[in-house]
Amino acid sequence: MKKMLRFFTFAMLLTALSGCGYNTMQANEEAVLAAWGDVESSYQRRADLIPNLVEVVKGYAKHEAETLTAVTEARAKVGTIQASKDMLSDPQAFSKFQQAQGELSGALSRLMVVVERYPDLKANQNFLDLQNQLEGTENRINVARVRYNKVVQEFNTSIRVFPNSVTNSLLLHLARKEPFKAEEGAKTAPKIKF
Amino acid sequence: MKKLLLILLVLFVPLHVFALDVPPLRGHVNDYAGVLSPSAAQKLESQLASFEQTDSTQIVVLTVPSLEGDSLEDFSIRTAEAWKIGQKGKDNGAMLIVAKEERKIRIEVGWGLEGKLTDLVSGRIIRNEIAPLFRDGNFDGGIERGVSSIMAVVKGEYSATPNGKQPEKRGAPPVFGLFIFFLVACVFLGAISKLLGGLAGAVGLPLIASLTFPGLAGLVLIVIAVIGFLVGLFVTFLFGGGGGFGRSGGGPFLGGGFGGSSYGGSGGGFSGEGGGFGGGGASGDW
Repeated sequence: MKKMLRFFTFAMLLTALSGCGYNTMQANEEAVLAAWGDVESSYQRRADLIPNLVEVVKGYAKHEAETLTAVTEARAKVGTIQASKDMLSDPQAFSKFQQAQGELSGALSRLMVVVERYPDLKANQNFLDLQNQLEGTENRINVARVRYNKVVQEFNTSIRVFPNSVTNSLLLHLARKEPFKAEEGAKTAPKIKF
Repeated sequence: MKKLLLILLVLFVPLHVFALDVPPLRGHVNDYAGVLSPSAAQKLESQLASFEQTDSTQIVVLTVPSLEGDSLEDFSIRTAEAWKIGQKGKDNGAMLIVAKEERKIRIEVGWGLEGKLTDLVSGRIIRNEIAPLFRDGNFDGGIERGVSSIMAVVKGEYSATPNGKQPEKRGAPPVFGLFIFFLVACVFLGAISKLLGGLAGAVGLPLIASLTFPGLAGLVLIVIAVIGFLVGLFVTFLFGGGGGFGRSGGGPFLGGGFGGSSYGGSGGGFSGEGGGFGGGGASGDW
């Protein structure tokens, strides 16, 4: 009888635990981290493309050293920022990361405008390929950011609603995650024309 | 009471009703802009269907008359997310999208094909294979060449599983379907008498539990049965059952509603298999 009672208490506790959002919040945080992984890798992909792009453009547009330097510098700056998971709950570090990536987007879009003046370059197969790759990467970044924001919103809601908020403050101590905000740099992502 | 039923019904209306922009998936070839000749569309359809049979890779063509101000990339990824072209786990789907009015072309590539059908390769297919023919107004030729280039690139990347496609696990998970059946049963029996509704719950819920998680301990099942009894009673109360046979009209109404939305499957036609997309591919124009 006593054993049965203990079992009942255990079963009750189990159901109570699933009712208080303990597992939901954990799962939501994992979803955020997974989505962040995609964001990070697509930004990395862009950074990896830039040296090739700069090299090809350099060959045709020697007079655009300034624009090219701006791209290289912005890329170097992005490289110095450690994009760790802890950053996600640190608004300041996150906005710094976003700003650096935004600057790189801006520099790249200026480069793509300048390139319009060089018909030879625009006819170069190598350059066209790189353009496609850059464009695809920007699109991936965009998709990854949208998906990240969506799961962040879900997560942030899940730690704030009752009774999850109680569970979180007592047991889990999960912090709110930062979403991406639309900003100047991001709005002017390279517009590429053929 | 009627109001409550209505609210419940609205709650159960599938979500995709609200995403009006994504056109329904008709088959491998979805020529909404009407640029293909019937014979070319038919030929493409059979080509793509047989390619799917051998390689399991799903390639879909979509043409739209206009994007109506939307960005091609946004529309494309939303469609890809809704259609889920490609096998689940393999993510081997690709879409060729043509927007007639904007004169834009895009190849949207699923995760699993990004290794072969890279942004670079997709861009070249659009630039060198499709766009030149489109410029001459030859849509049949352009799309045919585009599709055969895509097929040539991704051929052999995946193969169909030997035992063919398995129809299981499509749409809602089975637990969900069972649960709905359980609720309907409760309402039906509850319409006859409240006790019967409760009993249906007491039998139904443990049954679902043991079917979903085989090997549950007997005691757990008893606990679940008690919960089921309460749920059954609650549901019965909610739908105002409990009288004589006269009230049973409430049951079939709800039952009919669920029957229409059919969780059974896709109705035999072509459908995506749960492939994932991450924005890979390339866009171009003509």
